[in-house]
Amino acid sequence: MKLLSRPFFWLIVAVTFLYALLPYLGQNITLRETLVLSAIYIILAANLNLMIGYTGYVNFGSIVFFGLGGYLTLWLIASHHWGLYPAVLFAGLVTSLLAFLLGIGVLRLRGAYFALATIGINEAVKDFVANFEPWGGAEGIFLPFTAFKAMGGPAKALWTVYLLIILVMGLSLLLTYLVKRSKFGLGLFAIREDEDAAMVLGVKAPLYKTLAYSLSAFLPAVAGGLYFFKNGSVIPDEAFNLHLSIEAIVMVMLGGQGTVTGSAVGAFLYERLRGLLLTLPGLSNFHLVIAGALLLLIILFAPGGLMGWLYRVWPRLRRVLE
Amino acid sequence: MKKLWVLLALLGALAFAQGNTITIGFTVSQTGKYNVESVNQLRGLKLWQKWVNDQGGIPIGGKRYKVALKYYDDESKAERVQQLYSRLISQDKVDFLISPYSSGLTAKAAIISEQYGKIMVATGAASDSIFKLGYENVYQIYTPASRYLTGTLDMLRAADANLKKIAIVYEDSKFAKAVATAAKAYAAKKGFEVVLFEGYPKNTTDFGPIIKKIKAAGAEALVGGGHYADGATFARQLYEQQVPLKLIALLVAPASDEFAQLGDAALGVVAPSQWEPLVKYQQTCGPSPAQFTQMYKEAYGKLPAYRAAGGFAAGLVLQRALMDAGTTDPAKVRAALDAMDITIFFGHIKFSTDPASHGLQLGHEMVQIQWQKKDGKLAKQIVWPLDAKTADLVYPIR
Amino acid sequence: MPEILAPVLDGLLIGLVYGLAAIGLTLIFGVMDVVNLAHGAVIALGMFAVYFLFESGIHPYLGLVIVAAIGLAFGVFVYLIAVRPIIDGPPLMTLLATFSVSMVIIGVGTALWSTSPYNVDFPVKTLNLFGYTVTSARLVAALAAVLVTAFLYTFLYRTTLGKAVRAVANNREAAELMGIPSQQILALAFGIGTALAMLSGALIATLFPFTILSGGIYELKSFVASVLGGLGNPTGALFGGVILGLIEGAVAPFIKVSWTNVIEFVIFVLILLFFPTGLFGGRR
Repeated sequence: MKLLSRPFFWLIVAVTFLYALLPYLGQNITLRETLVLSAIYIILAANLNLMIGYTGYVNFGSIVFFGLGGYLTLWLIASHHWGLYPAVLFAGLVTSLLAFLLGIGVLRLRGAYFALATIGINEAVKDFVANFEPWGGAEGIFLPFTAFKAMGGPAKALWTVYLLIILVMGLSLLLTYLVKRSKFGLGLFAIREDEDAAMVLGVKAPLYKTLAYSLSAFLPAVAGGLYFFKNGSVIPDEAFNLHLSIEAIVMVMLGGQGTVTGSAVGAFLYERLRGLLLTLPGLSNFHLVIAGALLLLIILFAPGGLMGWLYRVWPRLRRVLE
Repeated sequence: MKKLWVLLALLGALAFAQGNTITIGFTVSQTGKYNVESVNQLRGLKLWQKWVNDQGGIPIGGKRYKVALKYYDDESKAERVQQLYSRLISQDKVDFLISPYSSGLTAKAAIISEQYGKIMVATGAASDSIFKLGYENVYQIYTPASRYLTGTLDMLRAADANLKKIAIVYEDSKFAKAVATAAKAYAAKKGFEVVLFEGYPKNTTDFGPIIKKIKAAGAEALVGGGHYADGATFARQLYEQQVPLKLIALLVAPASDEFAQLGDAALGVVAPSQWEPLVKYQQTCGPSPAQFTQMYKEAYGKLPAYRAAGGFAAGLVLQRALMDAGTTDPAKVRAALDAMDITIFFGHIKFSTDPASHGLQLGHEMVQIQWQKKDGKLAKQIVWPLDAKTADLVYPIR
Repeated sequence: MPEILAPVLDGLLIGLVYGLAAIGLTLIFGVMDVVNLAHGAVIALGMFAVYFLFESGIHPYLGLVIVAAIGLAFGVFVYLIAVRPIIDGPPLMTLLATFSVSMVIIGVGTALWSTSPYNVDFPVKTLNLFGYTVTSARLVAALAAVLVTAFLYTFLYRTTLGKAVRAVANNREAAELMGIPSQQILALAFGIGTALAMLSGALIATLFPFTILSGGIYELKSFVASVLGGLGNPTGALFGGVILGLIEGAVAPFIKVSWTNVIEFVIFVLILLFFPTGLFGGRR
């Protein structure tokens, strides 16, 4: 298969293995907790890239998929005693389907209207869930501890979930890479350049856009299910945190929108910066200021992000690092 | 050569000192909506640390262990709590944990402490639901939510045998919702008619709509509220809107000294309180209520509120468990906590060992306070239970 | 007094303040096609401005003039550094640029003032008009909103500068051809929009406690009001705000108070989908 011959594919595999093995081999919990956050950010950024970078539609409320995935998973486990694997897969599929149905309507809007609508969706879902008693209302869902015992005890469960999250991270990078090199991806890029022209040329824009939106929901939903399972609980403010959505945008822009490496590198760098700021006393809220300032600087001076800059300096890099 | 000996001696002393320290980890809401209450709780805990260290430390199995505290600011945010408790356990390697303030944050912390098998003493957390999830390592100091307003309703019934219509309006948080739900069930038993039972979102600042609803429902008394910030605003707006209620009982807010800042809006408002300086418990270990109050006053210049008492009590209970166990081994300490049945300045302490509610506080009870004018100044008075009161209930309040 | 009337009146009064906030947002969009995502953060700044003025001894209502001036200056400043360089670029850029300004404001605000609630504690009278209980603060806030809106209208329709703003909003190139310095007008318009947002924040601060994060909820109400009235239409925004306030007031007695936010957002998304030009017709 042509994929296996491309060095970038192996790069993705290598990074995934590194993330998985480094903490696991040494049973290093501190490293695991740091890397899991980094992995979640990469998952969010990479999947968001499908909308921002490829299709050119800015999804401000992308976190809604993460939250829905978390809620659906925990609800199935807590109230219906499903196992983790079926619950997470089901959550991913249902969220994807919801995204598809929602997308049919919402993607008829363009530019700023679409962005505003996505914010509206996230806030509406958050408020709805906060009032929805079967899902715990404002209190959220807390898993009975037996859920961890069912996976061999909390220590083992935490490691298993970590490895699953890393798997999802690898799949996210792989997915965005495959889409980029496919005819579907080409269509998306055409939409981004000029949607009307693309349609004239035969690209089924409404279908493609909606597919991209739906696809960009699946893996974040699965990741949400895994992440909140690990946390043992999910509450509305955590699950539908608009700031995280925005930070995902910053990550994509920082790394370079439209590139696979960009979203991963951007996510990784941003998470490091954020982690550093959070532990410094007094500066713990500064990560928002830095993110904001960073975003502004990128917009004003380097809209192509890090990868955009690297590509200009080393044009050959474009062929290896997508 | 001499320098080397000094160095070695210092290192030895350091190692010796390290070995005989118990580190307790937790988070404090130094900023955010819980900051008033949480800092209060921290003060109580720090006072306990000073008190026990001044005595040379906790005597465990023949050795004396000094207490060290390690804490971070959780900013009153649930998302921060889990990250910080993981850090306390895996990086800072603390020996035991205390909960943050508030049921919501404690519920988050409890998951982490349970996942890593670390004992956590939960103070400032009254929710029952935390203890229904099958945890084995969390122990509750406060009276649980289900028994918060039951005393208030008893008191109301005793003051007015004819009152029928009450409204239960509560903050949509883990804690307040649990209190309200239990109150609703109890109200029916006492012959009250709950004409309004509704929650308001956590960050509500405009109580206008819900106050209109209370009036429209014809309620004669109101119980509810949530935490300090919303409770104070609620009380203020109830006063501004001149709502004709015969009794107003709110959670948490009126039990704080800061509530006096509301002036006339505070007059007559009742609150269930976990503890007041004037209580008359007979302790079997630790300081008496009067001694604790005196210590606190000397350290901080004012009377302790129940949050501070809860903080001190948490440390004291952990200390007692360590002394009973004779070792820092978690399994033995857990056994000591399970077997505990003592009275401290804070009240009677006994934990549930039933697996369906392990760690729930069974022994402790609430008192009811009311703001009254004494010599022209606003002050809290204990009005219930009758054998513990310092003043009679003023009824109706307006 | 019929029971429904009291919450509806409350809704009307607060709706006027929502309307004022929404005008600030919609004006900027109408003049330069920019959705100002820093709107909420600026509202919060207005709240703090009136708080600090009050702490220095200036009565909140007198302080409003100062707040407006601060808003104008701050708005022009933000325009020059964050908006002007990319004003002719893709809409994504201006969205992200204003959003980044919002993040900076909120981040700095949190660092300086934390997220503990603040209160402007000035004496407030409770009035009873024909059975309707209302605080003086709420009446004055509504009145102030109406006055500022009237003032804005006088400016836009009766002064040369105001006409220049409307000309640029209508067709920037044509206005330039007529000799109007469009860049300066754009800066002024952004400044006015910011000043209106700050004023609404200051008025809200006289009614409820607040934190640096409180602006968010009013920003979202501003969006709903603006799209209800048609983005770009100031009159529409005022009406949109009033309608929103009335809906809140009318619906509150019948449903759980915490559902009002959901309803508002559903309205928001539905309007965007089915009436993108609003109920009164906007610029698009």
